[in-house]
Amino acid sequence: MGGQGTTAEGSIDMRKMFVPLLVTVAAMFAAAPVMIGRAPLESTMGLIQKIFYYHVPSWMAMYAAIAVCGVASAMYLFKGRADADDYAVSGAELAVLFGLIGLVTGPLWGRKAWGVWWQWDARLTSALLLELIFVAYLMVRKFGGPGSEKLAAATALFGTATAPFVYKSVDIWRTVHPNTGVVRTLGSSMPDAARPFALSAIAFILLFGVLLTLRVRLARQQHALDELYLAEEDR
Amino acid sequence: MFLRTALLVLRKDFAIEMKSLEVLLTTLFFAVSCVLVFAFAFVKDGRAPEDAAAGILWIAIAFAGTLALGRTFERERYSETLRALLLAPAPRAALYVGKLLGMLALLGVAEGLLVPLVALLFQASAWFSRPLLLLAVLVGGTVGFAAVGTLFAAMLVRARSRDVLLPILLYPITIPVIIGGVRGTAALLASPADEVTATMWIGILFAFDAVFVTLSLWTFEPLMTE
Amino acid sequence: MTVRRIVMALWSIVLVSAPSLAFQPPAQDEFVPVTDLPAGDQLPAAPFLIAAYVFVWLAVMLYVWTIWRRLNRVEADMRTLEQRQHGARR
Repeated sequence: MGGQGTTAEGSIDMRKMFVPLLVTVAAMFAAAPVMIGRAPLESTMGLIQKIFYYHVPSWMAMYAAIAVCGVASAMYLFKGRADADDYAVSGAELAVLFGLIGLVTGPLWGRKAWGVWWQWDARLTSALLLELIFVAYLMVRKFGGPGSEKLAAATALFGTATAPFVYKSVDIWRTVHPNTGVVRTLGSSMPDAARPFALSAIAFILLFGVLLTLRVRLARQQHALDELYLAEEDR
Repeated sequence: MFLRTALLVLRKDFAIEMKSLEVLLTTLFFAVSCVLVFAFAFVKDGRAPEDAAAGILWIAIAFAGTLALGRTFERERYSETLRALLLAPAPRAALYVGKLLGMLALLGVAEGLLVPLVALLFQASAWFSRPLLLLAVLVGGTVGFAAVGTLFAAMLVRARSRDVLLPILLYPITIPVIIGGVRGTAALLASPADEVTATMWIGILFAFDAVFVTLSLWTFEPLMTE
Repeated sequence: MTVRRIVMALWSIVLVSAPSLAFQPPAQDEFVPVTDLPAGDQLPAAPFLIAAYVFVWLAVMLYVWTIWRRLNRVEADMRTLEQRQHGARR
């Protein structure tokens, strides 16, 4: 009776907020290709520029994931909040996922727009470094042995703190990427592009939220399973 | 009390190291071998590519530094002295500072050998026309690298796969240091030395150092506690 | 149970958006504020764009699938353990 309650309770809570959220994400992703298709072509890059509609939002999702991981790691390390660790590992996995999306769509865009797959431009390079940092996080958790959660949390903290320095130093080191202004100037030079971009951005952020919830649920169920194993052994 | 503890830790490490000079000598020799490998990799027709000296210097520092970090803390692990240190009624952060100072001393000696060697082998004698700026870049970069490295090496002491995890964790996070160090030293190699660029990178390096030493001091305590 | 609904919903996104993709090419002919874009320039871009889009979907789907698998396994283990504990308690 008790065991059945825990699983069912979790499902009911999830269902209330989860399904409406899921439906919204579904609707947005369905509408996105249509809106992107109808958006005007940008004058210098043509069709390939449309990658921008999901390349940039995937970076936004990655930064959100990094923020979640960094804050959760700080709470876990300094306040000892065990549930924060679940969010930390989920944030790290999602940072790696969305970072990978950005790192693949970026070169695809670059290959067509500038002729080379990789050009050491500031954004892509610092994104690559952040990706490496969070892959290192996952490696520490997997291969570090017992007590690796704290080590990984420290890595995440340092990684998040390094992010602005990485970006600034790589930026000064090389600058080829279309500058940050491209998002702000969209409104004036291509008013019709602002709406599909906003849609894609919101869709990606919502997708991030959905995936985060899923992954945290997995982490929590794993903890519950561990508790059950311990209870079993104590009998 | 804080400073005394830190200096005591430094003296202890220094005393141990002085007996056999094991870590110092092996690190120095490794750094020299590194530079030699790069010489064979990059020198073509008797000349190295422009600015190669800056990159080679910092890569050698990074690799040798990682090795030294691993070896120093391995020593602690082997004799189980880390637990003894942690049990001591001393502020934990002071232990970190003591270890950091030891690391800085070691890397300082290594750089004292590496910089002239690289300058000699890769035609970078222009460095010595601006010794103060060169020193500032070296200090800024080394402190940043050592600060993060000491923390990570200490926290990995009890972890599995620590030998390979240290570089995996350390290198991406210290990339700003490497960039700053290389660009700063490369600026000093320009025909009239580019003091403006060098000073800019020195500024960035010291900002990085401030943030990361502070962060390391904060996190050392919770990390070392079970 | 909930996880299955989630996966079904995500698959329905794919199925719904797939025909929408078909509407893209005609839209270009109408909205071209670029005056001198050569027609031959557009074609090579399409494979990259489609490859990027496909990759995004594949990556997300793959990740959701791995979570689904692990969650199923954990919940199955939980059910076996709970049954065993119930049996022992009685």
